[in-house]
Amino acid sequence: MSWGFIRDLLSGVNKYSTGIGRIWVAVVFLFRLLVYIVAAENIWKYEHDEFECNIKQPGCENVCFDHFFPVSHIRLWALQLIMVSTPSLLVVFHVAYRENREKHHNQKLYKSPGKIDGGLLCTYLISLILKTGFEIVFLVLFYKLYNGFKVPRLVKCDMRPCPNTVDCYISKPTEKMIFLYFLVATSCLCILLNLSELSYLIFK
Amino acid sequence: MDWGNLQTVLGGVNKHSTSIGKVWLTVLFIFRVMILVVAAERVWGDEQQDFVCNTLQPGCRNVCYDHFFPMSHIRLWALQLIFVSTPALLVAMHVAYRRHEKKRRFRNGEKIDIEELKNEKMHIRGPLWWTYTSSIFFRLVFEAVFMYVFYYMYDGYQMPRLMKCEAWPCPNVVDCFVSRPTEKTTFTIFMLAASGICMMLNLAELCYLVIKVCMKGARKTT
Repeated sequence: MSWGFIRDLLSGVNKYSTGIGRIWVAVVFLFRLLVYIVAAENIWKYEHDEFECNIKQPGCENVCFDHFFPVSHIRLWALQLIMVSTPSLLVVFHVAYRENREKHHNQKLYKSPGKIDGGLLCTYLISLILKTGFEIVFLVLFYKLYNGFKVPRLVKCDMRPCPNTVDCYISKPTEKMIFLYFLVATSCLCILLNLSELSYLIFK
Repeated sequence: MDWGNLQTVLGGVNKHSTSIGKVWLTVLFIFRVMILVVAAERVWGDEQQDFVCNTLQPGCRNVCYDHFFPMSHIRLWALQLIFVSTPALLVAMHVAYRRHEKKRRFRNGEKIDIEELKNEKMHIRGPLWWTYTSSIFFRLVFEAVFMYVFYYMYDGYQMPRLMKCEAWPCPNVVDCFVSRPTEKTTFTIFMLAASGICMMLNLAELCYLVIKVCMKGARKTT
């Protein structure tokens, strides 16, 4: 069980998508999933080990790391990718339901089970709205949890058991910030693609 | 989900490329992606752990590493490979669109063999020529941009053994030592050479396509 599942899911959805939907799938594959797996995962791999505080007090580093990173950037990113890909399942289920119905009644009920009309159009529109919604929710979550998309070099921590205020240094902050901005840019691009697909389908 | 999927996507485009395009794809996958995955990732694998500074001051190593390596070579190469491969998708989308149009005409009554349509090699003419040529142009631009970013970020293509760091909280100037500098320099130059070869192949392909069209135009007028 790994990212291959998302890849297969999206390839399956590609068949029933509009042109813009296919561009969305390509953007998610190349600029989000592939970048996550080949680049981003490795940057955050040793984030806890490389998080260093100017103190010998045992437990202080752990507590400070937990305070500043309740949920790691990379985990939020992974959750975002999963949640954003999942609404496409609705379309796949609906097409499977249509094909099942045709088989059950043993006659051609639809012009083509994969054509986006009637009920399938509704499902498709709902999946687009859900995708956009999830993207926005995660962007807002990122912004609120980390006070913007900046990753500081130095954070000052005064949680127990750290005595007084302690300087803690985050590893690879610049690289992390660059990739966070990349994440935001691709998210916004996907939101734009979803919105244009939505308007294209509504005004068609 | 990894480089293998990218290979599958680009392999599909390979059918509709010129011969130079096919050579470019081979060079890309053997001399760049495979080297990146099999060798370069191991060389850079332990980069921050083995980046050692001559100080016991906590935090100094983190800060110095971040100062000298705002973005790791490996990540820049991965991004470069992804960006350079993406324009080929434009061609794939155009081919898919053409096939879709042909299928539509078939449904409206024209006689077209479906099996032949699936395996048909699209000739690079008309609008497809423009898509293909722009994809090569964008590839060139992306390669050049990334090579320049590398040069600008790391002041050349050599990895120094010793770096002097005076970022806070390091006291005064501190000596920091990069792990495996010679091996890293070797691989940087190798990837640079492969990038250069790919750029030359793209330029050659561009010239070939332009000359082909000019000659066709000249033949038509004579």
